[in-house]
Order: sequence, then structure tokens, then C-alpha cells
Amino acid sequence: MLPAVATALLALAPLVYLVVRALEDGVGTAAGLLWRERTAWLLVRSLLLATAVTAACLVLGVALAWLTTRTRLPGRRAWVVVAALPLAVPTYVAAFAWLSFLPGLAGSRGVGAFVVLTTCCYPYVLLPVAAALRRADPAGEEVARSLGLTAWQAFRRVTLPQLRPALAAGGLLVALYVLSDFGAVSIMRFDAFTRVIYNSYSSAFDRTPAAVLGLLLVAVTLVLVWLEGRSRGRAGYSRVGQGGPRTAALVPLGRTAVPALALVGGVTAVSLGVPAAALVYWTARGASTSLDAGELLPAALTSLGVAALGALVTTLLAVPVGVLAARRGGRLPRLLERASYLGHALPGIVVALAVVFLSLRVVPALYQELPVLVLAYVVLFLPLAVGAVHASAAQSPPALEEVARSAGSSPAAVLRRVTLPLAAPGIGAGAVLVFLTVMKELPATLVLRPLGYDTLATRLWTETGVADYAAAAPYAALLVLLSAVPAWVLTTRTGERS
Amino acid sequence: MTRALQVRGLRKAYDAPVLAGLDLDVEPGQLVTLLGPSGCGKTTLLRLVAGFDSADGGTVEVAGRLVEGPGAHLPPERRRVAVVPQEGALFPHLSVAANVGFGLPRGQRTGRRTEEVLELVGLAGLGGRMPHELSGGQQQRVAVARALAPGPSLVLLDEPFSALDAGLRAQVRAEVRASLHAAGASAVLVTHDQQEALSVADVVAVVREGRVVQAAAPWEVYSAPADLGVATFVGEAVVLRGEAVGKAVDTPLGRLAVGAVLHGAVDVVVRPEQLDVDPRDGLPTVAAVVADRVFYGHDALLRLRLPDGTEVTARTPGSAFPPPGSSVRLGCRGDVVAFAG
Repeated sequence: MLPAVATALLALAPLVYLVVRALEDGVGTAAGLLWRERTAWLLVRSLLLATAVTAACLVLGVALAWLTTRTRLPGRRAWVVVAALPLAVPTYVAAFAWLSFLPGLAGSRGVGAFVVLTTCCYPYVLLPVAAALRRADPAGEEVARSLGLTAWQAFRRVTLPQLRPALAAGGLLVALYVLSDFGAVSIMRFDAFTRVIYNSYSSAFDRTPAAVLGLLLVAVTLVLVWLEGRSRGRAGYSRVGQGGPRTAALVPLGRTAVPALALVGGVTAVSLGVPAAALVYWTARGASTSLDAGELLPAALTSLGVAALGALVTTLLAVPVGVLAARRGGRLPRLLERASYLGHALPGIVVALAVVFLSLRVVPALYQELPVLVLAYVVLFLPLAVGAVHASAAQSPPALEEVARSAGSSPAAVLRRVTLPLAAPGIGAGAVLVFLTVMKELPATLVLRPLGYDTLATRLWTETGVADYAAAAPYAALLVLLSAVPAWVLTTRTGERS
Repeated sequence: MTRALQVRGLRKAYDAPVLAGLDLDVEPGQLVTLLGPSGCGKTTLLRLVAGFDSADGGTVEVAGRLVEGPGAHLPPERRRVAVVPQEGALFPHLSVAANVGFGLPRGQRTGRRTEEVLELVGLAGLGGRMPHELSGGQQQRVAVARALAPGPSLVLLDEPFSALDAGLRAQVRAEVRASLHAAGASAVLVTHDQQEALSVADVVAVVREGRVVQAAAPWEVYSAPADLGVATFVGEAVVLRGEAVGKAVDTPLGRLAVGAVLHGAVDVVVRPEQLDVDPRDGLPTVAAVVADRVFYGHDALLRLRLPDGTEVTARTPGSAFPPPGSSVRLGCRGDVVAFAG
């Protein structure tokens, strides 16, 4: 119990301190900063971008989900995998790719940011909607058809309502992602919250405006999370009644197969093809002129090192919270788990700021030292690890632990001899996931890295910033290759179990 | 000699009362089955005895030691009570030997004791296997071995055979019973299957609405049930209205003998196997018409209508199997049981 409380406090502390720091110059100053026209426009710009990207992702996600799960799309099974792959492309890599081919995309109109974020984020809608479509019992649609509805009416009145939780969850993920994304908007030079906060933090002597804006961004994301919770409403979406659901019969596409293929192929070609082409093209060009392995290798090792450290610490801290939440219901464990989930809704740049303020105040000696960077990773990615621990600890039946108690083991011995060994594979998968995510993390690393520390992501960002695409490409290529290994481990392992 | 288990006035309520002052005794070496419909509180009793939950009132003593009572709640690991849950619940990450040795002190986990207990349950030599490499029946016996290994004061088995298919169940049941007796273990086995309760137990305790309504040897519970509820719950029963006159009772089947002296209106319990169709030995009979019949192979059940309209069920050998509509003579063999109605 105690370690879990400590972890939750650790996850909460930076945010609390962000509030303290934002109000340090008085509530009046903070209110003054909020009450400016510039702030209002910033809010409008960010929300417009989030809305546009979310709408585009919903349309693309539902269309692709339906085509890949319910129709006789040629090569359907392969498309299911390929269409989800853009999830693995960091937005700053995609932004670098687009910008290197079309420098005109950058700027305040936000076209570049919109294109990059949409092509990177639509899988967040596609995946839950496709899963919901696969789960939905086709008998409902069949009953609707037999009651006189056309296929389209049946889809709209029976299937679509069942997709509502998936749409809400996917849409929220996209909106949160857009609001907290730093890579795409900063490389595309679109003044959304995260870019303005970063610039305000790194250029101005007074850091209060950055803290106040960070707090405003947190408020916006929390409102989104709350809206999503409300939108689910009370309707039950599970199947009522007994019997195994059948899989739906696939709709033959006939003549529409060609435009359908063009849509699916086009979306994936744009989302995956552009980054891939840019990586290959610029790496080849760079290799002939100025590839410097002497700088590439240290950056790669730093990336791997901080990712491993971040994954290790985060997972260790997640174990008590996850096990406690899985095993003992009750208010305190639930509260602790919620607290550790806060990082999920917090943009990386805000967490970075909060950690900076906290470390400057509490342990100034550690400012821009490794432990502070790791703390930011913990706050950001604890939810991933806690989720993995919780899920895997909940899987083993409680009867096993009761038997172990009866066989004379104390609660601590049960944890060591039964609960943890059984949960180990799931906890390991969580650690790999954190490793992968830390490696791709940009804003917190950028703000908090120790002097002289460069990861693949920060180098890519720096070189793209000065439009040296040939120099940036090798970092991007290596980052994608290194991320592919843990991603591959994760997918094959989960595949084996299912 | 102290009792293996002594439960007195045990009470427990969740949303509604589940145990309402339950008493239960288990003598050393005895196998007691708790028989009752689902929701009667059997499983709750096991959880309280094992220490997974705490009681609202009453006491539990295991081998003479108070483990549960007012202000006393010994944690499960200090009760020396072993459990065999439904479906075995073997530790999937441990080998059979490591499962069996789980409750032994650290130094003995790989020693002779494990092999000894495996031998006792008839699984010698399988210690190196993993649980998923065993059949359902074998897994269940490993679970019993794991419970027996540390030499517990009491073993609790919660519907341990319900996950096995019917063909295997009788065999595993007999093997587990033999293992428990060979180890001299005292045990409580929970079941809602009356056949299981009757065939395995030294003592059957019938539980109803959170109380033990009768605890006795299986044949006693069957032939001398404590009340009408026990009579109809344990085994099949034909219940007839009757008029008692001393040690006999007048029923639609004629005058039948009862064990006790009674007077006035009574409910009479007749077991289907007591009814004899067309007896050849001068047993007094009444006329009946076959209404329906169900054939089971080794025997058959006949539904018969008496002249006054009463319907009764008779168990007959598979060879005596008159078709519906046949007129037969019906007699009743042996004493019947009657309860003042």
C-alpha cells in the first residue's frame, strides 16, 4: 500500500507544483495573462486544429474500418495490418518528411500540421471502430433488414449506434493527441499551445506565462476527458442474451471495389509512403555527402539508454499501484490508480515544464540532470505501465492467491511467489511499450535533457529546424528501425497469446 | 480427542443474511459433505473457515484452536486449513511437484514429501509435468495433493468435481475419497449434487437457509430425514397425504407402516424404489394405471395414476416396463416416513 501511495504522489507532485508556479506572481498576473487577445486566439487556433483533425480522422477511420472488416475488399487481411501502421510513425518524422518535399506546407495556416496529424492519428479511430465492428452481433443488422430497413438504414440505425463508444473513445484520443502534440506543430511552425509554450519557456526570462498557458492547456484536455466520459451515457452496448455471436457475412463490393481500393491504398500510401520515401531519399543523399557515424552512434546509444532507464523505473513504480488496483477494489486503490493515470491527459511539454519548476524549487542541483528527465518519463508513461500491470494481475484468478494463503504464505510471499510470476509476461510487455514510447518522446526530452545529451529524436528535431534534411534523415531512419524491434516483439508476443 | 472442526452459531450477512447461526462438527479423520441448493451458504461457510472472509458472529475452532470469533480472526496462512477450490486452481507457472510442495517449508519443497503425497493420490512420477499437460481429473488430484502435503488440520473442498465431465466424475471422486482417508485427513466437501454427497461422505450435513438442518450418516439422512424438506431434497420422493393411526398410516396406497407413533393428518414420504409393480409375494396392493414411462437402461421410472387421481412414481427394473394405459397392481415395501402436516 505504501509504495503505491508514494508512486501516486510522485505522479501528482509536478502538476501540483505547476499550479503553484503559475500563481506565484499572484492570481492577478495569471488572470491578466489568460485574459489577453493573444491567448484567446491561441485557444481558438488549437481547438480548430484539433476539431479539423478529429473530424477527418473519424471519417477516414470509420470508412477504413468498415472496408477492412465488413467487405470483400481485395487483400482485406493485409490492409487490416497496413492501415494501422501509421501509428508507429512519430509525428515529427512525418512532419520532417512532408516538409522536406513541400516546404510550403509550413506556416500559420496549419495545412501542414493538419495533414501530418491526420495521417498519423486516423488509426486511433480505425482500431477501436474495427474492433467494435468485429464484435457487433450481425444478427441485429439482419433483424433490422427483415423489419424492412435497407442496408444503409440498418447500418445507420443499428450498427452505428453500437459504434458510439468506439467513436467517442477514438475521437477523444485523436483530439488529446493533437492538443498535446509537439513534434508536428513545432516543425510545421504552427502556433498551437505546445509550440507557444515551448517558445515562451525557452526564449523568455520570465517563465510565468509558460506555466499559465500550460495550466490552461491542462484545463482544456481535462474538459475533453470529462466530455468523453459523459458521451458514453447509460445505454448498454454489450450483447444481451446467450449464444456465441457469429461473424458478419462480408459485403461484396462489386464495381465499387476499385474506388474502395483507391481510398484505402491512397490513405496508407500517403501516411506511410511519404515518410518512407523521405527517409530513403534523404538518407541516400546524405550518405553521399555528409553521413557522420561519429555523431549518429552516440545519439542512438543515448536514446536506447534513457529509454531503458525510463522503462525500468516506470515499471518498478507501476507494480504496486497496478497490483493493488487489480486485487483490492475499494476507494483508495482506485484513487491511487486514477492519480497515476493523470499523465495520460497531460501534454509532454506541460509535464516537462512542471518537472522543471519542481526540480528548480526542491532539488536545484538536479536541474537538467538525468533523474529529473526520468521523473518526467515516469509521470508521462506511468499509465501505460500501470495499465499493463493491472490487466495482467487481474487475469489470474483470485482463487490462486487464496490457495497460496491457505498453504501458509503471508501476503508478501503470495505476491512474490504467485502474483508477480504470473503477471510477469504482461508486466514485461508493459515495460517494452514504455521503452518504445520513451524512445519516441520529444518535448520532455528536449526541455529536460542534460547538457550535451542528444537523442535521435532531439537531433532530428534540431536538424529539421535548420532545414538540413539530409543531415536529419539518418537519425529518423535509425529511430524508425530501432523502434521497429520492440514494436515487433510486442505484436508477435500478443499474437502468440491470442 | 479434539474435533477437527467445531463451528458454533456462525453468522454472516452480505446484502441479505447468508449464514444464520450455523453449527457443524467434524471429527478427526471424517469426511463431511455439505449438501444444499445454490445460495444456501455452503461456500460462504468454507470461506469463513478458511479465513478469506470474517464472520459477523459465532465461533470457528480448528483442531481445538479458536481461529474465528468475537475479536479473533486468524489470517488464512496461520490456520492450517487447506483448500481445494473448484477447477483445482493449480499455479500455472509451477510444475506439478512445485505445486504440491508449495505449502512446505522452504527446505522441504523438493524433498521426499512431495513424491510421497503424489504417490498417495496415484500420480507418482508426474512431478515434472506442467499443470496444462495433465487431464482434468489429474489436475484435481494434484490440487488435493497440494492441500494434503503440509499435513493440514482440515481440508476444505469447494465443489471440486463440478468441472469434470460426468463419466470421469465418479472415478475421480472415489480416488480423492481414498486419498483423503489414506492420509487420515479431516475434510469438508461442499456440493449441490446429492448423489455425490451420499456416495462420498462419512457424514452428510444438509444446509438450508444458512443452517445445518440435519447432519448424519448418508443412509440415515436418506431413510430417516429430519423433515419433509430434507426428504424431498435428498433423493427422489413421492409425497402423499395420509391419516396416521398409531404406528400405521392410511394413504391412497392403502395402510402403510411407519417407524414412529403419530396421529392425525400427515405427509407421507415414499421412495420410488419402495413401490413394487405387480408383486408376486402377496404384498397388499391397490389398482393403478400407467400414465407415462421413462426408460434409463438399468431401470425405469413409471408414472402411475391411482383410482382417486393421485399420481405416484415407481422405480422398476428395466425388464418390467408396461406401456401407458396398462392396468397394474401397486404395492409398497417396507416402512415409510411421515411428518405431521
